[in-house]
Formats: sequence, structure tokens, C-alpha cells
Amino acid sequence: MKFNTATPIYQQVVADLKKKIVNGTIHPGDKLPSGRDLAVEYKINPNTSSRVYALLEEQGITYTKRGIGTFVIDDENIVDILKEEMANHLLTFFMNNMHELGYSSDDIIDLIRRNEKC
Amino acid sequence: MLETKNVSKSFLTKQVLKNVNFTLKPGSIYALLGPNGSGKTTWMKLAAALSKPSKGTITLDDQPISIKSREKIVFLPTENFFYNNMTIKDVGLYYDDFFADFSIEKYHDLINKMDLSEKSKIKTLSSGMLAKVKIAAAMSRNAPYYLLDEPLNGIDLIARDEVMQTIIESLNEDATIVISSHLVEELEPYVNQAIFFKQGEMIEQCDVEELRDTQGVSLADHYRTLMKGDFLNA
Repeated sequence: MKFNTATPIYQQVVADLKKKIVNGTIHPGDKLPSGRDLAVEYKINPNTSSRVYALLEEQGITYTKRGIGTFVIDDENIVDILKEEMANHLLTFFMNNMHELGYSSDDIIDLIRRNEKC
Repeated sequence: MLETKNVSKSFLTKQVLKNVNFTLKPGSIYALLGPNGSGKTTWMKLAAALSKPSKGTITLDDQPISIKSREKIVFLPTENFFYNNMTIKDVGLYYDDFFADFSIEKYHDLINKMDLSEKSKIKTLSSGMLAKVKIAAAMSRNAPYYLLDEPLNGIDLIARDEVMQTIIESLNEDATIVISSHLVEELEPYVNQAIFFKQGEMIEQCDVEELRDTQGVSLADHYRTLMKGDFLNA
């Protein structure tokens, strides 16, 4: 994974793990790699792994079983919740930028329709 | 803790370290950054007890650095320090003789993982292969501090990845590691703390994720800002 080095790496890894849950690479209930294995996989600092897991747990996406590891919560709803959250995030970013360019919401919808036809 | 207090170092008339102060805390990976000639290697040699400060002290857990502290501080110099006729296997035996905390099993394991043959002689190795042997030897010790001087110098991208991977994989959670380099971009994702040297002075110490969080700046960009106007001397 290529990082944008100007934004915190732990946030980028969190976003990537969420994406993997949404697209089915990681399933609800799955065990996640140990902090060290995550560090090796993403080529990051082990301290960053700890921060990644702390943030995921804080957001209610994972939980830790003492001495066993970190797991994605075993709830199918998490996939839809994350999907909606990420879609909203992308949409807000897109809409804000388009509004800055002077497009109204209707203009944007028209533009998307026209683009689809091409 | 490894504390550097008011350390200066001069060679004859040239002062290479000027009143340097900083503390290394356990469990972090530090990048020691600065142009060539900024004093990085000199500081490492002082901390490794290979040379003495002209002024000031370096202490390890409140004890002044001495030959004894080499048990706790692994130093990997940038030069090749193995004999040419040694095989990779001999390097392991040599380290095993020297250091009580060396694990020959771990060494075999790391050498294997990096696709090196124990039978190869040092003189036949490419610079990338030699860098890998050096890092395997250093990381097979189990010490609280590792000082690695330019471990990524002069080797290709793939070998660099393997060297960094080996460091991350074999690091004990509470261990502290200092990696000196001018390849800031290469180190960027791996380190969580950075220490900047410029013309013999320690000019800044920072948390790398905090830098991104609060200022939206990458380590490489921050390095450029700090070293500005210094490129003619670099």
C-alpha cells in the first residue's frame, strides 16, 4: 500500500481495513493479524499498528480478547454500516468540491446521468 | 532511557557535535536525520562507547556509557567489518562468541528468509546481500537498544524493503531502535520519532504521526524545511 505521507498513517491503515471489511476480504468475526504482523504487512511501525487497533476498537469495529488477539465484531450489520459511512464520506468530499466549482446539486445529478450514457 | 546531556565532540580543531541534548525512550523507532557531516555517526559512536565526548555525558539508565553498556546497545556501523574470507555461517559463529544475547537460531532463520546461503563468502557478496547479512547479525541480538548507522545505504529498493522488514519483524516490543539515514522517504512509514541533526547540533525532535496530524506535513517535507539553505553543505 502506498501511503500519503502527509496524513497520519494509522488513519490510512484504518481506512484500508474498513474497505476490506466492506468488500468482503475481511469478514465479521475474523481474527485480525497481530500488531507485529500488521506492521510487516503494511510496512509500518509496530507502534502505528497499536494505534490502528486502538482506533478500530474505539469505533466499535473490533474487540480484543486478552492473550488471543483482535477480532472484527461478529455482526453482519457492520458491513452495511461501514459501507454507508465510507460512501457518505466520499460523497461529502465530492459534493463540497463540486459546489466550490459552482455546480448545484441538480447540475451534479444531470452531469452524472450524462456521464453514464457516454 | 538513553540520555545525551550537553554533549560536544571535537577532533583537533574541528567541532563535530555542539552541546547535543536528547533522550531516547523505550519502545520507539527513531529516525536520526541530517545531511552528511551533521554528526549522526559521531553521536552513534559515542553512544556505542567507541569514542568519548569532549564535553557532557551519555547515560544508559542513569549509568555513564562504558564498555559494559555494549551488552545493551547494539551498534551496526556503516562500514563492512567482517573478514573477507568468512562465510555467512562464520559471521553467525563470530557474533555468537562475542555476544551473550545473540541467538544463532534467529540468525539462521533471518538468513534463510532473505534467501542467502550460509556457505557464501563475504567477499563474493553484493552490497545488498552484505547489508542483509549485517542486519541479520545485528537483529539476532536481543538488546534494549539498537543503533543502526545507514543500514539502507547503497542498496537497491528490494533489498531495502527486506532490511526494513527484518528490522520490524525481529524487534522486541520494548526495544528502541535508532536508524540514521539521509533516505528520509524510505524511512518515513517505519519510524514514529525523528531527531534532526544539522551542522553538529540537534535542532529538533518530533513525533512523526503528530507532525502529520497537527501540521499535515510529511517527514520528508519537514526535513526539507529544516535543512533549507543547507544544501550547499550537504
